[in-house]
Amino acid sequence: MAFKIIEGCVNCWACAPLCPSQAIVAAKPHFLIDAHTCTECAGDYADPQCASICPVEGVILDGLGVPVNPPGSLTGIPPERLAAARAEIRAR
Amino acid sequence: MELKVQTQGGCASSGCGSSADRLAHLPEAIRAKVNNHPCFSEDAHHHYARMHVAVAPACNIQCHYCNRKYDCANESRPGVVSELLTPDQAVKKVLAVAAAIPQMTVLGIAGPGDPLANPERTLETFRQLAEKAPDIRLCVSTNGLALPDLVDELCQYNIEHVTITINCVDPDVGAKIYPWIFWNNRRIKGRKAAEILIRRQQEGLEKLVARGVLVKVNSVLIPGVNDEHLKEVSRVVKAKGAFLHNVMPLIAEPEHGTFYGLMGQRSPTSAELTALQDACAGDMAMMRHCRQCRADAVGMLGEDRGQEFTLDKIEHLEIDYAAAMQKRAEVQAEIEARRAAPHQPAKAAFVSLASIERVRPQPKPAEPRPVLMAVATTGGGVIDQHFGHARAFRIYEASVQDVRFIGTRQVDLYCTGSDTCGEAETRLEQTIRALDGCEAVLCARIGYEPWGKLEAAGITPNGEHALEPIEEAVAAVYREWLDAGRLAPVAAASERLSA
Ligand code: SF4
Ligand code: SF4
Ligand code: SF4
Repeated sequence: MAFKIIEGCVNCWACAPLCPSQAIVAAKPHFLIDAHTCTECAGDYADPQCASICPVEGVILDGLGVPVNPPGSLTGIPPERLAAARAEIRAR
Repeated sequence: MELKVQTQGGCASSGCGSSADRLAHLPEAIRAKVNNHPCFSEDAHHHYARMHVAVAPACNIQCHYCNRKYDCANESRPGVVSELLTPDQAVKKVLAVAAAIPQMTVLGIAGPGDPLANPERTLETFRQLAEKAPDIRLCVSTNGLALPDLVDELCQYNIEHVTITINCVDPDVGAKIYPWIFWNNRRIKGRKAAEILIRRQQEGLEKLVARGVLVKVNSVLIPGVNDEHLKEVSRVVKAKGAFLHNVMPLIAEPEHGTFYGLMGQRSPTSAELTALQDACAGDMAMMRHCRQCRADAVGMLGEDRGQEFTLDKIEHLEIDYAAAMQKRAEVQAEIEARRAAPHQPAKAAFVSLASIERVRPQPKPAEPRPVLMAVATTGGGVIDQHFGHARAFRIYEASVQDVRFIGTRQVDLYCTGSDTCGEAETRLEQTIRALDGCEAVLCARIGYEPWGKLEAAGITPNGEHALEPIEEAVAAVYREWLDAGRLAPVAAASERLSA
């Protein structure tokens, strides 16, 4: 099992220095987690470090492919609100 | 009768709310430290340049006014950068800029994230610069969470100034500003997060002050969230020895994708900002010329020469450190000599009313009301800028007693580009919003279209005083309005201003 970084990551560097297993790769277009190296922080920390500091919702998936920080969980912006605002901006 | 024009001593381009007065209460040692720092001394920003390098993208907290999509080339505001540098690249860039712009005195690291959240990159940059360019002062901005643990190390380099962003001292207020922090390897939310952050900020402030480092406190004014509370913040940080408090307006446009932007939190009006700055002023220095620069800004305040110094342009430059430092010393000594020279006497300071009077006005039943006027100037004390080119306006209050500099209002905070962030139209609207409360705008020239829109918004454009000294022109316009009977007494005016 391993965590995964997907599209949407803004390459902010917050996660990389925290990873106890040096599993995070500063790749382009976005950072990646080496699945063989990631331990899900087991034995080191109670919470997965990358997902605990990542500021972008939905870009880190756990071993089951579920976003650790689902929409709305970090920013407090309700997803409907975000969608509505995006539509509004696009329509301008 | 003489119309007194306050030129608040010390500023070469007249009428700047000068540091000389406001920082007068500070000990000599501190004044020496801020004398040539463009961000800390209002006077210095006319003479000296600064630059920021973006080496620190990570952050350990979340603010509701921030999002981490930090590379929009069309935005000019804190947190926005177009090029992220490694410490080595940053050092190279600083040396190149400091060789090309000898007025450069200050290098700051201000993000785009929190420079102390990922301290290796920030400290490595400082370490190299302290060694290679010892004449450049270093400063850093932080949210304060990691600060207390790093004070000792920061003090090893040429760090004389630290800016801490403190938006609250009450965790209940904090919970409305910070959704989470990363602390002791966990994400912590809500009031508890705010409590820890506040404690750490205060601890950092105290430690820095104890070490003799100058601390400036930045606060973001968020209407309905911390507006009243900021007076308390100002009291507390001042009591603990912060030497300058800088209250900045919230920037919250939906297109920036921040919580506040998307949830409809409004930005303060310019009038609200000024009122709060006044309320916080007390006997503490307040900063009113902050431009909320990008985290990779280069040059004089309000200007951005970053494009001249991109990595590809500086890569192959050979820099002669010693020669560059020598040149800086010479240029800066010249600047100081000019600043020390006695100021022009009464000419700029007193405008004889007789000289601008036309028809003697009818005696007025009551005191004519004061008027706020905005001025487009490039900074030399004269009205010399095209309305459409102004990125900031200087605001003056004219009354029968005097002409007083109130502050600077920027219009370039939200967007400077046109393709993604709206049209010239929106830009004009932003300008009009920034001029809220002003009844006239004095500029060198102005286009036909903005002219009409300004008039419709109740602001009279005036291009008749191009290239004249600001205070004299403002006084002249005021006089003209007075003579024309446009200045109803105070009672009637407040109605109009609030309308
Ligand atoms: S879950 Fe832990 S081990 Fe895996 S990448 Fe994230 S920080 Fe590294
Ligand atoms: S913290 Fe999140 S956004 Fe930042 S680099 Fe890591 S995965 Fe990407
Ligand atoms: S501290 Fe700075 S970078 Fe971090 S969330 Fe707040 S504004 Fe953004």
